[in-house]
Amino acid sequence: MILNASGCLDALTAPAVARELDAYVVKTVTLEPRVGNPQPRLAETDFGMLNSIGLQNPGVERFCSEVLPRLEELGIPLWVSVGGAEATEYAEVCARIGERATVHALELNLSCPNVDPAAEGAAEIVAAARAATKAPLYAKLSPLLPDVAGVARSVLEAGATGLSLVNSLRGLALDEWTLEPKLGRGVGGYSGAALRPVALAAVFICYEATDGEVPIVGMGGVETGKHALDLIAAGASAVALGSILFRDPKAPERVRGELAEELDARGFKRLEEARGVAHRPQSD
Amino acid sequence: MPAPRKERRKVAGSERVGVYTLLRFERGGLDAGIPGQFFMLELPGHIVPRPFSICLAPKGELGFLIDPVGPVTRELCELERGREISVFGPLGNGFRTDVDRPLLVGGGIGVAPLPYASQLMDKPPAILGFRTRHHAEAAELVPKAEVCIEPMLVTELIPAVPMDVLACGPEPMLHSVHALVPDAQLAWEAPMACGFGACYGCVIEFQGKSIRLCVEGPIVNGRPPVLPVLNGTEEEKAE
Repeated sequence: MILNASGCLDALTAPAVARELDAYVVKTVTLEPRVGNPQPRLAETDFGMLNSIGLQNPGVERFCSEVLPRLEELGIPLWVSVGGAEATEYAEVCARIGERATVHALELNLSCPNVDPAAEGAAEIVAAARAATKAPLYAKLSPLLPDVAGVARSVLEAGATGLSLVNSLRGLALDEWTLEPKLGRGVGGYSGAALRPVALAAVFICYEATDGEVPIVGMGGVETGKHALDLIAAGASAVALGSILFRDPKAPERVRGELAEELDARGFKRLEEARGVAHRPQSD
Repeated sequence: MPAPRKERRKVAGSERVGVYTLLRFERGGLDAGIPGQFFMLELPGHIVPRPFSICLAPKGELGFLIDPVGPVTRELCELERGREISVFGPLGNGFRTDVDRPLLVGGGIGVAPLPYASQLMDKPPAILGFRTRHHAEAAELVPKAEVCIEPMLVTELIPAVPMDVLACGPEPMLHSVHALVPDAQLAWEAPMACGFGACYGCVIEFQGKSIRLCVEGPIVNGRPPVLPVLNGTEEEKAE
């Protein structure tokens, strides 16, 4: 299963790209509209890119009246990323969106590095969201958590269906001459190739902590089928493409093809056979 | 408007124009688009492609004017003839060129989209402002251009009579032009990672409206955007 990472594709401007995905993950929706962060919002670094978008979105009301109907017309399974400043906001957005037939899952963005963190902890937010909707809930966690396994267990106990691992790291880049931050908000979200081993570790740890029994969407620097296979071997049941989509809109079909070849080359008949193989006891 | 394509294109040549470099690619199957549209140039070894407006479209070629202000633009200026990189476009809305009393206004590297506009609009009057005489050598790309050098500003040369202004330049210049000519078409600039509405990196606020420059711009008050950008047409299926 190949998805996009939330905020890395607009299915309305690029439906041809979204149609190549198994589900399209909609950019984070919050209760109230958000204008997002000041310019500049992007910067390149040596091994990844920084973004500071700040969850720009029209708010749940306009999303439901103006955006969602147009997305539904595309006929693509939808996941919607949900954000908020407190648990009640998450819950209200989930209640408004979760029961739509076209929305297959909600991803709770518990870890955006570009906005102030929510008032409550991850498990509290998940519990509030769970009380508001029966829809599958994926908790998207930060790679910066010192105890990602503990948080993973707590959000699952609170009612999460699965995990999305990982959000971007926090990063900073300075202007060559002025030495001021390149991004308008200073620090931003760091994604791309540098995130790959970080995401792999989070997936590996959480798969082990949950005995391989919950769905995990792995994401972070996936650019090729081999990168996707690594996440699956570490324990992901699905893979999401992030910043690669910006420079390669054909990445979904390309990565899908490469992944099939990588699986075939190792004798796996189905993707599920490869899931978690990194956890097998090592032979002498 | 033509659908964008992404193709690997060879450098056909490059020339210094004052401090800037006019970088020309073999056009291949790419359409030059309309003035004010842009292309994403992807330099190997870099993670984020960079947007450049189409500067000139000589037969079989696409020309971009590059200001070497950072690592990527410096490398682009040094690309040798025959080097191949990914070129993706044309993107964005572009200028409305069917206007009655056109006046082109450019500041600094904002001159970039005006040579192509001038060519397609039959050499309308133009006002160009630059920091130094060396920068002002780029004015040779725009016929009939009146040139000013700082501390004089282009806005001091805009005539009081009503004109249909097509402007490109630094943000303070665009705000000043807008104050003088409220219906001016303004070519804006911001960093962008994709060029097709995915990343939200290039969003600006203008007159209370939030504008994604790559799809609803880069020309504020320009042509209406053609959406969706990537709709799976034959033209997009290159590379």
